[in-house]
Amino acid sequence: MNKWFKSGTPWIWMTGGAVSLSLIAVVGLLLLIGWRGLVYFWPHTIYQWEIDNNGQTEQLVGELHDSELVPTARLRATGLKLEGEEREVLERYLVKTGNREFVPLDFRWVLETNIRSRTTPKELAVLERTTNGNFYGYIEQVLESGKAVDGDLHQQLQRRIERVAEINDQVRSLQHADIGAINYQLEKLRLKERRLELDHALTAAAQAGIEAERKALNDHYAQLEKQLFTLRDQTLRDSLVVKDMRGQAVTIPLSNVLDVNWPNDMSLLSKIGFWFHQIGKFVSDDPREANTEGGVFPAIFGTVFMVLLMTVIVTPLGVVAAVYLHEYAGKNALTKFIRIAVINLAGVPSIVYGVFGLGFFVYVLGGSLDKLFYPEALPNPTFGSPGVIWSAITLAILTLPVVIVSTEEGLSRIPSAVRHGSLALGATKAETLWRIVLPMASPAIMTGLILAIARAAGEVAPLMLVGAVKLAPTLPMDGNFPYLHVERKFMHLGFHIFDVGFQSPNVEAARPLVYATSFLLVTVIVGLNLTAISIRNHLREKYRALDN
Amino acid sequence: MSTQTVNVTMSGSRKRRIKDKLASVSVTAGGILVLVALLLIFFYLLYVVKPIFDSATITRKAEITLPVQGQTALLGIDDQNQIGYRFSREGQLDFFALDSGSGFPVGQLIKHDAVAGQVTSVTTTSLGKRQVVYGFADGTAQVVQPDFVVTYPNDKRVTEAVLKYPLGNEPIVLDERGRAITHLAYEATSALAVFAATTADGETLLTARVGEENFLSGEVEWTTKRYALPPLPGTVEQVLLTPDLRYLLARSGNLLSVFDIRDLDNIRLSSAIQINAAGGNVTQVALLSGASSLLVANDNGVISQWFEVLKDGTRQFTHIREFQASGPVRELAVEHSRKGFIALSAENHVDLFHATGETRLLSEVIGQGSIDSLVLSPRNNSLLVEFGNQFQFFHVKNEHPEVTWSALWQQVWYEGYPGPQYVWQSTSASDDFEAKLSLVPLAFGTLKAAAYAMLFAVPIALAGAIFAGYFMSPGMRKVVKPTVEIMAALPTVILGFLAGLWLAPMIEQHLPGIFLLLVALPLSMLLAAFVWHHLPRRIKESVPEGWQALMLVPVLVLIGYLCLTVSPILEGWFMGGNARGFITNTLGMRFDQRNSLVIGIAMGFAVIPTIFSIAEDAVFSVPKHLTQGSLALGATPWQTLSRVVILTASPGIFSAVMMGLGRAVGETMIVLMATGNTPIMDMSIFQGLRTLAANIAVEMPESEVGSSHYRVLFLAAFVLFVFTFIFNSVAEFVRQRLRDKYSSM
Repeated sequence: MNKWFKSGTPWIWMTGGAVSLSLIAVVGLLLLIGWRGLVYFWPHTIYQWEIDNNGQTEQLVGELHDSELVPTARLRATGLKLEGEEREVLERYLVKTGNREFVPLDFRWVLETNIRSRTTPKELAVLERTTNGNFYGYIEQVLESGKAVDGDLHQQLQRRIERVAEINDQVRSLQHADIGAINYQLEKLRLKERRLELDHALTAAAQAGIEAERKALNDHYAQLEKQLFTLRDQTLRDSLVVKDMRGQAVTIPLSNVLDVNWPNDMSLLSKIGFWFHQIGKFVSDDPREANTEGGVFPAIFGTVFMVLLMTVIVTPLGVVAAVYLHEYAGKNALTKFIRIAVINLAGVPSIVYGVFGLGFFVYVLGGSLDKLFYPEALPNPTFGSPGVIWSAITLAILTLPVVIVSTEEGLSRIPSAVRHGSLALGATKAETLWRIVLPMASPAIMTGLILAIARAAGEVAPLMLVGAVKLAPTLPMDGNFPYLHVERKFMHLGFHIFDVGFQSPNVEAARPLVYATSFLLVTVIVGLNLTAISIRNHLREKYRALDN
Repeated sequence: MSTQTVNVTMSGSRKRRIKDKLASVSVTAGGILVLVALLLIFFYLLYVVKPIFDSATITRKAEITLPVQGQTALLGIDDQNQIGYRFSREGQLDFFALDSGSGFPVGQLIKHDAVAGQVTSVTTTSLGKRQVVYGFADGTAQVVQPDFVVTYPNDKRVTEAVLKYPLGNEPIVLDERGRAITHLAYEATSALAVFAATTADGETLLTARVGEENFLSGEVEWTTKRYALPPLPGTVEQVLLTPDLRYLLARSGNLLSVFDIRDLDNIRLSSAIQINAAGGNVTQVALLSGASSLLVANDNGVISQWFEVLKDGTRQFTHIREFQASGPVRELAVEHSRKGFIALSAENHVDLFHATGETRLLSEVIGQGSIDSLVLSPRNNSLLVEFGNQFQFFHVKNEHPEVTWSALWQQVWYEGYPGPQYVWQSTSASDDFEAKLSLVPLAFGTLKAAAYAMLFAVPIALAGAIFAGYFMSPGMRKVVKPTVEIMAALPTVILGFLAGLWLAPMIEQHLPGIFLLLVALPLSMLLAAFVWHHLPRRIKESVPEGWQALMLVPVLVLIGYLCLTVSPILEGWFMGGNARGFITNTLGMRFDQRNSLVIGIAMGFAVIPTIFSIAEDAVFSVPKHLTQGSLALGATPWQTLSRVVILTASPGIFSAVMMGLGRAVGETMIVLMATGNTPIMDMSIFQGLRTLAANIAVEMPESEVGSSHYRVLFLAAFVLFVFTFIFNSVAEFVRQRLRDKYSSM
């Protein structure tokens, strides 16, 4: 034994154990996020429990959300009797009961000893609603203008839900596209008037012209509004009568219902179909209920838009800086200093960039731009408040070292013989660079960009200061000239995770959505990183061959 | 790159040469631009931070001569620094222009008014209310208030000075026997106005006007009540009321009598204190803004600050600190809504102090002649000084008096606190709140979080790096290294979210299991090694060398699962079924769900790949002839590792740890989400913390641009910047050295 210890083998095993721990941690983490994120979309079984509540039987309907083991002693300490219980630990279930407006809490802990029975009736339906979360219950009747409808409930319901969805689509397009455009034009008009006023050029004629335009817009607005109200009235035609777990019949207007399904009655195939359908809705829908339900489309859009904008900024800067350092700069102390500074900048905390971005870009640069070009909007800031452009620039500086280091590595891998050959054939340095060196280095540049994008997509701390918000009323791109609105605030997947997970009123209800969002973000980022790694490995092989 | 000059004539050479030149110039410009951008970050942060360390300055803006008479009772300036006013002891009131922005030429008398009656005493209310009270020879008093009405006729700004009588035009009877009032104090809240007056024969009277809202009409009806105070020793020289109408302070000589007047029907003397400094006599007592602190000026130049401190269960006025003015203090002028004050000594020597910061910001002789009176503007950026009938108007630049190097990094005794402490509390709901900006709790939190993270990360990352770099089979290494590096790419917001919402509750649920894991995991590794050692040779040989890491994975997963499963049972046996209660009650430690243990694990997880990657590179690039030489001489692999490899790679390992530390210090999202963000100073593993980076993320969006708070947050960012820059530079330098050394071997 002593000899065995002396040989050092146990210590080697210990170091190996450290690697195992790291591997378990990474893989476990990815599996955890993946599992929890994907399960969110799966149609959960709806249970009906009979529960012993102080001697009385109570009915409980809902999803099984979570379960945990609790020491019996702790339960006894809280005053529970638990007579004749000999087990050390008891299981406790967290049930999501939904029906938020009818019950005090939509999540409930149930102890296993209190459960009398558990069934999964096929007729139990889940109503996905626009407000107040899910509703679980038995559908009793479908009403049209207050009168019960005959025929197959499922079919009737499906048809009517589709009708409401169609009308709602019209409402949305009316609200966002048409009315949004009018509001935008009205605001433009107000700014134009103010601008003229500031220039002392607001003549009576100009004023009259503006007033006429405004009146036309307002008239159009009134017309659209009427249309909107008619449509909204139409959605109110149908409603549902549902029996909830208290045994009471509740009437729910169909305008409030997005989807109805019977998960206990689904085959595996339809469950899979439902799962894909839910994923589709998640990536394409707008968030609802203070971001705790619905989709994450604006956040995906905002993240992609910001990252693309950042790429446009960081690419030329990073490549030019790398080319300068590697091809043009002399081998002196300054170059060495710049190189160390660049590498160090990669280690500076991201929040510092956020502080710099807020102070310099938003307040100094943005403030000056406002004074010069948008005096009519003051004191409301245009560029002088956090926005997507400032986020993009801040992250461009943050990711600059990544691009520089990667590009330089690519440049240094190009054999000097290639360069010398080009120069010997009479090409100028610029021509060599443009025709020979950069094309050969382009995969390295790509690698740098992919890594930069992956970093930028996951960075949240600086964005909290320079532009990400929990709910942006408009996307940074729409149908109003000039189509791109880079001064607008935007939603971001990473910030969405922070916000929904930590700032939402009902964390328990929002948690599955956060897992799903995390899964989305992790997939994108790990995917990007794997791509970058494989490009880099491929590149190394290629140049190794070239060198020989 | 080797760029030898090649002398060849090129076809179309002129155009191409220009192009070449252009490319060279623009690339160089681009490269320099990037460097400038990097420097810009450093200097911009510094530029924002610098004003908080600037000392105060005072410059003369205007000099005015006014035809005013009599002694000054009160000087004042309006909110815009445009109009000044003067109340004389005789009841004469004058408004005059200080700035042409008021619509009048500088120095012009705008309005004159006078109070009817023979004035025997005069006093003012606390600063913000701007009210003056005259006491008359017939035992009555009158409250007057200067006010400024701004109008914009024809788009031109016009300020009109008016005089208001908040309690009506009729004087209020303070003494029904009609004695002259010699000293007077007045304060009012929305429903209560209190006068404290001493009469010529030394009696102190309290008059209260109590407002009661009529339930029917909603109007406030005022009733006047009078109360007598117990006789005071000596002659009263000064009476003061605190603005919250809690205390009446009467000074006779060096003795300060404090009366508790919260219950007017039961006025009692709460204490009598000798307030003079050693070797001096009191000249004046003033209330510091916010009215919790008393400033006591002495004729030997000492100014002492007193406020109430909870001692033995009662609140007592306690001597806190002293300031030394340049000479015997003649007058004190306190700042509005800040804790600064100006002491006038000698003829015209002013000292500007900040009370809480315990600093003298300025000491200067201003103007010529003897100063009669001086006042600070409501925004504390102007000073009006009277020399006889000549007035001088100064601009005071003193934007961040509360922030000094010592206030940021040393203990400060704040009002209402039992003693000097490190406190970070930047905002509060109340109005007269003093921001407490000590960076110590935040720096402490940063280091604590980093320390716990390193405690978790360094052993695992280094041991892992050694195994991966030295023992692991190449095929496996190809998979393991990128996998660990993927960890580095995981967004920290996701790690933070999991730490806060999954790990923290999990740890709280399974506390005994988690601590069991700490012991069980290493033991199980040893056990596995032991079992493996005694397995038959046939099985051992079927697995190649360097696969231990993979073989241990199922063992560790199993052990981990077992530990968590038995956790509730252990909890039931040893901790009475309630681990949290056990820690709080039996061990006497506070327990937060989001605590340092969670941070250590979550942030350690984020730091592991950084350390692992660099350390593994260092271990792997140790020249093979060194290790092979050692093995050839008969050393075991472990001996080779510990005596040759680690020693050779030690600079690289050091550099890896430094890089990891740099990352842990600056990490924001994980600490933001996985701690309670409470700026407390406690090393306990079961308590939360707040780091510099998380603090910036929390408070920056709400901070007012240009305020002290804003600049201190920039300072925090600057500290982080410099800190990580130094760490990374040292690490980088060491790494470069190591690389040079290996390449020469």
